[in-house]
Amino acid sequence: MESTANFVFPNELNVTWSVMIVLYPYITGLVAGAFIVSSLYHVFGRGELKPVARFSLASAFMFLCFATVPLLVHLGHPERAFNIMVTPNFTSAMAGFGYIYSAYLILVALEIWFVMRADFIRRAQGTGMPALLAKAILLFDLRETPETRAADHRIATFLAGLGIPLACLLHGYVGFLFGSLKANPWWSTPLMFVIFIFSAIVSGISVLIFHYFNVCRMNGWRVDQACVRSMGRYLWGFMIIAVALELMELLSIAYKQTEEWDVLAKLIDQRLFVPYVVLQFLVFSLVPFFMLGVNALTRRSDRVSNRLTWIAATMLLVQVLLMRWNVVIGGQLLSKSLRGFTSYFPGIFEKEGVLTAGIIFTLPFGLLYLFHRFVPLFPESAMERARTEG
Amino acid sequence: MKMPVFDFRLSAFGKAEEPGGRGQPTIGIEEANGPGVLPNVDSRKPNAGSSRRDILKVLAGGTGLLVWRVDAPAQAADPRAAPDYDWEKHWWAYAVDTNKCIGCTACMRACRTENDVPEGVVRTWVERYRIKSDGDVVVDATANEPDYVFKDDGVQAERSFFVPKLCNHCEKSVCNQVCPVGAAYQTKDGVVLVDRKHCVGCGYCVQACPYGSRFISPKLHVADKCTFCYHRLAKGMAPACVQACPTGARLFGDLKDPHSTLSELLRQKRYRVLKPEMGTHPKCYYLGLDREVV
Repeated sequence: MESTANFVFPNELNVTWSVMIVLYPYITGLVAGAFIVSSLYHVFGRGELKPVARFSLASAFMFLCFATVPLLVHLGHPERAFNIMVTPNFTSAMAGFGYIYSAYLILVALEIWFVMRADFIRRAQGTGMPALLAKAILLFDLRETPETRAADHRIATFLAGLGIPLACLLHGYVGFLFGSLKANPWWSTPLMFVIFIFSAIVSGISVLIFHYFNVCRMNGWRVDQACVRSMGRYLWGFMIIAVALELMELLSIAYKQTEEWDVLAKLIDQRLFVPYVVLQFLVFSLVPFFMLGVNALTRRSDRVSNRLTWIAATMLLVQVLLMRWNVVIGGQLLSKSLRGFTSYFPGIFEKEGVLTAGIIFTLPFGLLYLFHRFVPLFPESAMERARTEG
Repeated sequence: MKMPVFDFRLSAFGKAEEPGGRGQPTIGIEEANGPGVLPNVDSRKPNAGSSRRDILKVLAGGTGLLVWRVDAPAQAADPRAAPDYDWEKHWWAYAVDTNKCIGCTACMRACRTENDVPEGVVRTWVERYRIKSDGDVVVDATANEPDYVFKDDGVQAERSFFVPKLCNHCEKSVCNQVCPVGAAYQTKDGVVLVDRKHCVGCGYCVQACPYGSRFISPKLHVADKCTFCYHRLAKGMAPACVQACPTGARLFGDLKDPHSTLSELLRQKRYRVLKPEMGTHPKCYYLGLDREVV
């Protein structure tokens, strides 16, 4: 029978997972695209991506360093966080996180070590604390010969290749955390982990483009046109796959018209219409799709092309954040009574509020800047002061 | 007939001693036929027709419960408290006869008192279903009302009924499956519990429970839920909500005992479980459940 009253199970009135759990898959996702770009250069030989290859690798590492921070802020007992590795419950989808995350972090750290070993050696030859730090990172072995360079390159390429399946595992796993919960019809779909992989790649490439343009503009560096055009095309391709998967998921649920669709349709219509339909799809998916499409299929001046790419990348960063929000928060607005919805609006100054989220999100960029001061992340040629284009 | 006899020694502010002499306050059901032996906890015979005296006893017991809880914290599940209890000999389960529930919410108050449940969350609750003449269904609960009392909000119902809810202590519980650190577990006697000293408070089990039974305790910051009053079971006592229910709508018993009230009931009556499609095999059985109840 039809129910007009809004009934939510008493324990569901307050959402359990708030802004921090939105931020966690978002920051984790930023790692993916950055790593993919790095792999496109190191493994697949896409030479035009060389200007951002090291930058993307370092970005991936910085985001990885902070990916667990939102989780720790969220946990009721963060001091027990290592229980997940000490006493893992292997039937839990979450139990593997500690191992997968650690393996990926170690892999990216090692790759950075091998890719940038020559730069660390140059830094170590200076004086003061930075030199000492560089020596410590190099384990006090400053030898550099053509043989060591070749070996470093071989190992870095191997690690980059190994990182691709591991990246898919990490990001697919984050999607699986949600998709495997059968209690929640908004989450429970086998497509969820695939969607998370592709949306992670989209957000990662977007953040690289966004950041690369900003860095060039702030320093007055020349933007490498071949590089940004290539990244723009990859972004277009990956965003088409990601958005198509998201729409296909919705379409399949809607078309099947199961019992759950009744309540999901209400969820979309009454609670998520603006953030999901209007913002995530109509504004922040369609507009970048056309912008990147125009850029990829027609010949535009560098200035126009760069503007389109930057705006599209920025919008897609927001789109993926909206997607994370609509998944994490949207799923909790729907009561398991299937008779009503709760509501949620994030606080600003609370422990898991917007301010904390903003600080956590900013930290990787700050650390990336410090890293760049320590070891330059861009080729010398790119850093030559020149007229900024775009 | 295993009719519980309430131990009114507790009324003197909880200073009564258990048979084992551990000096802990008890609110007890003693088996009429076996003092000193851990009894088979069985709430009461269904459809036996509680006499007025029985109801008064129950109400008096509930009052005593409230008095006792004034300064005595809830006992954690501690097997040492009942050294003779053999958990491999029991398989606890619960039944709700929705035809008998009158929505008094004495169960909710008893649970809150017994288990020190914080404001804003509940381990058990009662849902009120009102079906209007046009078929519209109005459902509400009283978790945030003072003393959990249902309000008269003027809804004209053609048909109405109450449905108590609690953790279903599922045989294949999703919460146990998803807990990343193994803090959620099922005891050998079939009760799903949380190790408060091990739980990290991630909330994954809260999301995974299809019944909305779990919550993150605002006081302890760990997952919390109904424990079937496990600290009472080991001492031969029924859960507080069962003891407090004045109409016998809440029933509790041991499915490993073929002669237990609950075993007999489930053999004789038609019943349903909530959300069977989830494949969780709940151990909370509902008699007279309407199709509107999820």
